[in-house]
Amino acid sequence: MADQTLPIGGALDITPQKATKQSFFEWLSEWFITVDHKKLGILYISYALVFMLVAGVEALMIRVQLAVPNNDFVSPQLYDRLFTMHGTTMVFLVGMPILFGFANYIVPLQIGARDMAYPRLNAFSFWLTAFGGLLLYYSFIGGFGLYGVGTAPDMGWFAYAPLTEKAFSPGHAPDYWAIALIISGWGTLGTAINIIATTISMRCKGMTLMRMPLFSWLMLVVSGLTLVTITPLTAAQIMLMIDRYLGGHFFDTQAGGSAVMWMHFFWIFGHPEVYVLVLPAFGIASEIIPVFSRKGIFGYAAMVAASVGIGFVSLGVWAHHMFTVGMSTPTTTFFVLSTMLVGIPTGIKIFNWLATIWGGKIVFATPMLFCLAFLFQFLIAGLTGIMLSAAPWDWQLHNSYFVVAHFHYVLVGAIVFNIFAAIYYWFPKATGKMLSETLGKWHFWLFLIGFHLTFDFMHIPGILGMPRHIYTYMPDRGWGIWNFIETIGAFVQAIAVLVFLYNVVISLMKGKEAGNDPWDAWTLEWATPSPPPAYNFATDPVVNSRRPLWDLKHPEDPDWKYE
Amino acid sequence: MATIPVVQNKYEEWRLPSRGASGMISLIIGETALFSMFVLAYIFYIGKSVSGPQPAQVLDIPVFMTICLWSSSLTIWIAERAIEHNRMKQFTFFWGLTIVLGGIFLGGTALEWHRLIYHDGLTISTNLFGTTFYSLVGLHASHVVVGLIMLTAVFIFTLTGHVQQKHAYNIKTLALYWHFVDAVWVVVFTVVYILGR
Amino acid sequence: MFTGISKVLRRLLFTAGMTIALPVSAWAAGVQPGTNMFAPASKPAREIESLAIFILAITGGIFVVVGGALLYAVIKYRRRKNDDGSEPTQIFGSLQIEMAWTIIPIMIVVVMFLTSARLIFAIQDAPKPKESLAITVVGHQFWWEVRYPKYGVVTANEIHVPVDEATYFKLLSADVVHSFWIPELAGKTDCIPNHVNTTWILPTRVGLYKGQCSQFCGTEHAMMLLRVYVQTPAQFKAWIKNQQKPAVEDPAVAAGREVFMHNACMDCHTIRGTVATGRFGPDLTHLASRDTLGSGSLSNTPANLRAWIKDPDHFKPGVLMPAMQLNNKQLDEVTAYLCSLR
Ligand code: HEA
Ligand code: HEA
Ligand code: HEC
Ligand code: CUA
Ligand SMILES: [Cu+2]
Repeated sequence: MADQTLPIGGALDITPQKATKQSFFEWLSEWFITVDHKKLGILYISYALVFMLVAGVEALMIRVQLAVPNNDFVSPQLYDRLFTMHGTTMVFLVGMPILFGFANYIVPLQIGARDMAYPRLNAFSFWLTAFGGLLLYYSFIGGFGLYGVGTAPDMGWFAYAPLTEKAFSPGHAPDYWAIALIISGWGTLGTAINIIATTISMRCKGMTLMRMPLFSWLMLVVSGLTLVTITPLTAAQIMLMIDRYLGGHFFDTQAGGSAVMWMHFFWIFGHPEVYVLVLPAFGIASEIIPVFSRKGIFGYAAMVAASVGIGFVSLGVWAHHMFTVGMSTPTTTFFVLSTMLVGIPTGIKIFNWLATIWGGKIVFATPMLFCLAFLFQFLIAGLTGIMLSAAPWDWQLHNSYFVVAHFHYVLVGAIVFNIFAAIYYWFPKATGKMLSETLGKWHFWLFLIGFHLTFDFMHIPGILGMPRHIYTYMPDRGWGIWNFIETIGAFVQAIAVLVFLYNVVISLMKGKEAGNDPWDAWTLEWATPSPPPAYNFATDPVVNSRRPLWDLKHPEDPDWKYE
Repeated sequence: MATIPVVQNKYEEWRLPSRGASGMISLIIGETALFSMFVLAYIFYIGKSVSGPQPAQVLDIPVFMTICLWSSSLTIWIAERAIEHNRMKQFTFFWGLTIVLGGIFLGGTALEWHRLIYHDGLTISTNLFGTTFYSLVGLHASHVVVGLIMLTAVFIFTLTGHVQQKHAYNIKTLALYWHFVDAVWVVVFTVVYILGR
Repeated sequence: MFTGISKVLRRLLFTAGMTIALPVSAWAAGVQPGTNMFAPASKPAREIESLAIFILAITGGIFVVVGGALLYAVIKYRRRKNDDGSEPTQIFGSLQIEMAWTIIPIMIVVVMFLTSARLIFAIQDAPKPKESLAITVVGHQFWWEVRYPKYGVVTANEIHVPVDEATYFKLLSADVVHSFWIPELAGKTDCIPNHVNTTWILPTRVGLYKGQCSQFCGTEHAMMLLRVYVQTPAQFKAWIKNQQKPAVEDPAVAAGREVFMHNACMDCHTIRGTVATGRFGPDLTHLASRDTLGSGSLSNTPANLRAWIKDPDHFKPGVLMPAMQLNNKQLDEVTAYLCSLR
């Protein structure tokens, strides 16, 4: 009877994996043809990390150029390409793939499945995404070398029309941007469909929706959100391509087309997109904070409801990026309200994490450090978001460095921090080796200092009237000192990233053995060996509560008694 | 380790929605968002063209085409029922009929476009109406094409005897897509031929 | 080995800290940027400032309360040295608490929303006073065209307005999207092709206020600067009077005039009273009365002017005015001519 009800008993496969000799090419081709969700997850994550370095180097170049007034480290033309490629890469080739990579790796394990719902679609999606990224970067060498730097996109990541129309961008820059993103968008769509089908249809016995771990829940919400956000972007980009190649007039203001329509279409995508990025980060925090506070998540149902709520509300707030385009007063007011409302479900999440910590016994391991920093930084970032949502103030702040500070606080302070947390947390599962805690702490503190040096001080030039997207500025404005500090901060971040890379390499080679469950955690992925075998679970697991491993470890006080 | 007392056989009846349906429904939601953008663009630009021709001058309501497309939803539904009950002959017939009806619809679109281009001089670059019209109707037509390719593939496998009753479920999933394509036409038809004229 | 790396890192961190500390302390306080949104000198900007302070106070309060609670929890509930290894009490939720932290934020949001909404109406739907100055601003890649329809005045990049009187701007664009922003006078409003926008100011202090284009519009977006001179009514009248005159006709610089009129200059620039009526570039009728050239990218001195005409791309790489390949003599002549256009 016992083995029927135990989630793990039969599930754990203890037969040692056979060590087979492979040639390098066999090994390589195995990664190319794999349809295993774990291998694809690792592919996604590695791909994204490579692009994070690339986009990070672009950020460093931006920062060097802006360090002092009237600098000419890069030409204006190159500067425009740098920030466009930096933003586009970070959002589409780093943020999305890395989070979907974690989903790929973790979700099937967490819900006790042997693979994703459609393994081959999964592989196909990855390679589409990868191809899109390579195509985007080919633009640096492709096309006619307009200014000696190829025809890389140079119109900002939101590519406002009519600047992107043939009349104002005669080269191929917008074409690379649009086509690369359409292709990687299809990949993303495929993965989103796959994750939905997996979480809906592949859960193991006993894993009801209300027992699904929060990370998996958040990925379900995110995937649903992706379905209705990536496609509008694709639609807008197709329209742009029709304009540029077939002589259409969607955004051709000379022929009656509308520039404002592009803005609406872009932000109908763009706003939910930032929640697509942040919700998985929330999911990561919801896995790590309980484990290192040694307490189950507080208010699970409220967390689920808040996530779904954020997903829905975020579909109706996009025009807060457009307060200055001259919308009617009632429209503006509506978007102020809807935007501020997002703060409520988000607040619920913050408070629930706080309550989870409250009364716990916090273990300051590296993943937890990153998560705690995330909590503080996201609080600040959200509050600056609220400031921006007060439309009259946004008339001042819009497109200033204050906005740049706001969104890096979220994108770096929340998302990148949680990505690092996730890597420290799940690396042992995926490789069987622990990451070094000493180096991890160094990485954390350096990155924290660098982050705050860069982005705290960015609010100030924003208040002093410094617009974004400028390749240089006049010395008399008093922005120089702040920019100089930011540049130093960016380099401290770079050092931290190098420490991290070194940590990964050295730990892969001589890290401590991880064992199945190094963090004494509670979800199903820790019931498999590290790294898990191709089939994940030898027999299908059965669960009775949200924390199957807690039940196993604490038979005297199992969770299912309280459900 | 102590035994965990749990009611035995609690999960004998562990049923989850099928993969196929959740995947296809997700795809349809995504596609709906895609179409919505084109529909919104069309509606937004009604009457905003700075030069002619205007819709009222050149568009005729494509009654026959539309009837064909909508009735194909009915025929494919009959085919679904047929395969469920293993009436393979009936299935083959109605599946084939669906393809024919879809084909007629595509032919109708082709004729309409030919007339618009060569007779009325309306191309995608003529004015905003041309741009939005060809984009929206073209996007729908491309979905019809994709649908027809998949239907035809199934038809060929049916004729070679590879499709059997046990595939009823997959057939239904595919048919869902076809129903979606028909449903989109309801919107496109209303917006382009009724609202926009 | 890890400790070795640790040492290196510590040294690096120290150096980085010093590099920051030095320039910060060296930096003299009191820069007057002229673009500080918390130093308003005009009605809408001042109202926005008070809203900003109100919102800052509320969000600051939230930060102190929530951040404080977080900090407290992190310190108080850390695992102690002498921990017995047992798990803490598991608590899975509480309806009352959940309700509390849903309802209180809702009330805060309502307050912030109502104050914002009030100000949106107050600024966007403000009744237009009978006596007000109307100015049309047209954004161009990468300069501002400024028209005073009532006075028949056209100028560029430098706007003159009277103090204590409302000025209404009609904002247009000739090409792509730009954004009109002078932080100390008002929030920004976009200049969008095929789409008319308006904004207004009511300056209360005489002075020079700076701003710049704040919507990315192409290569030289960074150098699309803007200056607003708020003047006493008398000064303003005098300025308008001078601008209304046609261009100065000084026979001493006739040679330069010939150069201008026989080169492509006249296709892009207007000089009122001559055959030059181009509209692609700024109106040069009273060029010499302006303080800056190239949309604020350099100050208006004869040397700068000559260098600009010789090679605008040197100052503004990517500018839409071509280098006209004039020889030195022509350059001197045309510079002299343009300098006479007071
Ligand atoms: C992951 C990314 C992410 C996230 C999560 C957010 C979250 C939010 N953002 Fe941000 N935002 C961006 C990424 C993100 N943003 C980006 C990339 C841009 C710029 C794009 C570009 O122009 O390039 C941008 C720009 C942007 C703008 C436009 C600025 C401009 O260009 O003029 C606005 C305006 O309203 C805004 C608002 C908000 C708000 C209200 C939230 C809210 O979700 C925040 C909610 C959280 C809290 C409020 C804190 C916790 C809550 C409590 C403790 C409860 C109590 C609080 C209250 C009662 C208020 N954001
Ligand atoms: C997830 C998203 C994300 C992330 C993580 C970042 C990270 C950073 N960003 Fe960026 N950023 C955006 C998204 C992001 N950004 C977006 C969307 C825009 C808007 C673009 C637009 O307007 O079009 C933007 C714009 C933007 C600007 C404004 C440009 C402008 O408007 O003119 C600046 C300026 O400072 C900036 C800086 C930085 C810095 C210093 C970091 C740092 O945190 C980066 C830290 C990382 C590193 C430093 C990498 C380390 C690299 C190495 C160690 C290299 C060594 C290795 C090898 C050589 C192999 N970003
Ligand atoms: C192809 C069009 C074109 C031609 C030809 C042209 N200009 Fe210009 N000019 C411009 C544009 C556009 C600007 C605005 C540049 C900017 O600030 O971005 C400008 C700016 C100027 C300015 C600065 C005006 C100000 O207020 O900042 C001067 C002076 C000037 N041009 C003089 C000349 C002279 C002299 C010639 C002929 C020798 C000439 N231009 C030929 C397009 C042209
Ligand atoms: Cu004009 Cu930026
Ligand atoms: Cu947003």
